[in-house]
Amino acid sequence: MALTIASLKKGQRAIIKDFSVDVVPLKLLEMGCLPGNEVSLVQIAPFNDPLYLNINGSHLAIRRETACNIEIELL
Amino acid sequence: MAKHINVALVGNPNTGKTSVFNRLTGLNQKVGNYPGITVEKKQGNCKFGRACKVHVLDLPGTYSLNASSLDENVVIELLLNKNDKDFPDVAVVVADIENLKRNLLLFTQIKDLGIPTILAINMSDRMKRKAITLDIPLLEEKLNTKIALISSRKNLGFDYLKELIENYNQLPTRPCLNASEIAPEYFDRLRNAFPNQDLYKLWLVITQDVNFGKLDRKELKGVASFQTESPSNLKRLQQKETVIRYKFINDTLKETLHIDAANAKDLRSRLDRVLTHKVWGYVIFFSILMLIFQAIFDWSEYPMDFIDRSFASLSEWTKNAMPAGQFTNLVSEGIIPGIGGIVIFIPQIAFLFLFISILEETGYMSRVVFLMDKLMRRFGLSGKSVVPLVAGTACAIPAIMATRNIENWKERLITILVTPFTTCSARLPVYLIIISLVIPDTRVLGIFSLQGITLMFMYILGFGAAILSAYILDKILKISTKSFFLVEMPNYKLPLPKNVLITVIEKTKAFVYGAGKIILAISIILWVLASYGPGDFNNAEQIIETEYASQNLSEKELEMHVESFKLEHSYIGHVGHFIEPAVRPLGYDWKIGIALVTSFAAREVFVGTLATIYSVGSDDEQTIKSRMAAEVNPILGGPLFNFASGISLLLFYAFAMQCMSTLAIVKRETNTWKWPMWQLVVMTAIAYVFALVAYQTLK
Ligand SMILES: Nc1nc2c(ncn2[C@@H]2O[C@H](COP(=O)(O)OP(=O)(O)OP(=O)(O)O)[C@@H](O)[C@H]2O)c(=O)[nH]1
Ligand SMILES: [Mg+2]
Repeated sequence: MALTIASLKKGQRAIIKDFSVDVVPLKLLEMGCLPGNEVSLVQIAPFNDPLYLNINGSHLAIRRETACNIEIELL
Repeated sequence: MAKHINVALVGNPNTGKTSVFNRLTGLNQKVGNYPGITVEKKQGNCKFGRACKVHVLDLPGTYSLNASSLDENVVIELLLNKNDKDFPDVAVVVADIENLKRNLLLFTQIKDLGIPTILAINMSDRMKRKAITLDIPLLEEKLNTKIALISSRKNLGFDYLKELIENYNQLPTRPCLNASEIAPEYFDRLRNAFPNQDLYKLWLVITQDVNFGKLDRKELKGVASFQTESPSNLKRLQQKETVIRYKFINDTLKETLHIDAANAKDLRSRLDRVLTHKVWGYVIFFSILMLIFQAIFDWSEYPMDFIDRSFASLSEWTKNAMPAGQFTNLVSEGIIPGIGGIVIFIPQIAFLFLFISILEETGYMSRVVFLMDKLMRRFGLSGKSVVPLVAGTACAIPAIMATRNIENWKERLITILVTPFTTCSARLPVYLIIISLVIPDTRVLGIFSLQGITLMFMYILGFGAAILSAYILDKILKISTKSFFLVEMPNYKLPLPKNVLITVIEKTKAFVYGAGKIILAISIILWVLASYGPGDFNNAEQIIETEYASQNLSEKELEMHVESFKLEHSYIGHVGHFIEPAVRPLGYDWKIGIALVTSFAAREVFVGTLATIYSVGSDDEQTIKSRMAAEVNPILGGPLFNFASGISLLLFYAFAMQCMSTLAIVKRETNTWKWPMWQLVVMTAIAYVFALVAYQTLK
């Protein structure tokens, strides 16, 4: 199984590889979540969801179910 | 000749548009609540020099011109519609130096629409701290624009920005990108079909509702049918557009922007470690809430008492100073008590908005959203529902408008439906007056005031009702939507006092004028209905005189009997008696019945109504409260406002949907009468049942 953002540990960094347009909303792309950009996990909320990320310099939080769809490659 | 320029401030959320707007226009602004459009656009005017009048529009933040929420759609509708009277001569894209990369996406899109565009890079005061350097001349060249490096906090760079705005017709309008690069073949087809149109604009119109279904398209009819591609294909092309734009931006910034990460100071992560901690995060959040409530009730008590007493004196003074007659009575018994009933809220509303705006300004609200999302989702809500629920303690109307950024329609709908349960400031005067009448002024454990605890309990009851009904709604509403959630975590910032002040003044003003109009109208109508009547009303003196002829009453006592006879036989008295059977099981008399009816327009009318009803015919200087305390239950004897009827009233007000403006806003936000009607019926039924049970068990 491929690694996704949801499997990142706190402080880990990775490069976004691939995802399907149909499950990942355009909004996320506009925030800089594009293949080739860097992502790191800043913080996980209590009860394990949502995830607080730094994507390409933008700080944002998304839910685990979305994060599961974005494949990464660890740095 | 005076030059007139329309300026629109656009940019990503939180980049400082409103701060720039406040800097440009000062306090010289008016809030436009445009009918039909679902969002507040703020506009203001200012003058540059002698001959240049500038009209500035502050728009809601948007990440791109691809609409995915109502908020963003306002911006797109404006920029695509050349005929709009607010269509800008020049767009100022406000960008945040720390998020320049992401901010430029929107910039390039607006630029490609052919609108003269200035790039205002804000928050330049933070460059040093974050070790950022920027090659502005080179960036201007690459982006084909003029750049003003500004700081609205430190008031830097605004002279140059004004100069650029004034000379907007010298701005280069060449696009950043060639739109047809997105899909050459598709754009060729477009060009053939609509040879005279701007291609990029066409593309935006066509793709406008791909992500977002419910738009009222106002323009370019016929284009919508040019759907030769499937929605998922269009989506793919939009994605491609984003990728192309980001590539351009990344290449541009690589040469012009430099961040020396090693020298940057990082306050964010240190604060986040505490504020989003799984224990401390909650402790801090609830402490802040407690502090807010405590402050609101302790601090605003003094100005409120003062206002109450001043209006009672004013009313008395008018009565004595003006020539006796019906007009004087209208002013002293109808209008002044009515206005007093609204002015009295100003201290609390101002405090509430003060706190909310500080929480938003500092960036803390996003952390609350992050912290609460998982918990709220159990109840069918989103972390973002916390903001409306907290804002609902001020007023449900802005709170319901604040649901717009909830991406998931079902979560958004549930939030809209349950928000009116939270204790808004309009309920507060009702609670305060009833609690002070029926709850003893004693202390529990020596420190906590019992009245204060009761009030706190009413707030908890409101939140509880909201959460519980959300849970039930989540189970019964069959709406399938794709779950999606995205919240930006902004940098922590010290709030800008001017921003906070302007927000507080603006919101308080809107509340006072909005509610004030209704209350004033209702007080006048009430006064008229209470001062005139059919049949017996006009023979009151005779009837009373014959009835009490044997009792040898003083002049004064006789007059009192006449007045109360008159009130009971006035038009309003008849209305009250008509509904009395419905409200008697709840422990109310016909006067409270009238107040319930009038407060269907707005809850805060309750106190004003009772003030008006009780002041008709009473002539000594009394506050509303002492008048209410003196009321006697006509059937059972004893004070009308006793423990049982008081609790019953509190519960009724806690649950009932009594606010026409909220119903109107829900209709506007949900686009159907179904949901507001649902709220009206269900909430009122719940209120009636609770009040009934409470009164019948306690009496
Ligand atoms: N350090 C610094 N902070 C600023 C500056 N300008 C604005 N801010 C802060 O940035 C935050 C956002 O400012 P707003 O003016 O509300 O931003 P906005 O673009 O209107 O935000 P939305 O209306 O939510 O889209 C506030 O906390 C401001 O105090 C600036 O020049 N320097
Ligand atoms: Mg703003």
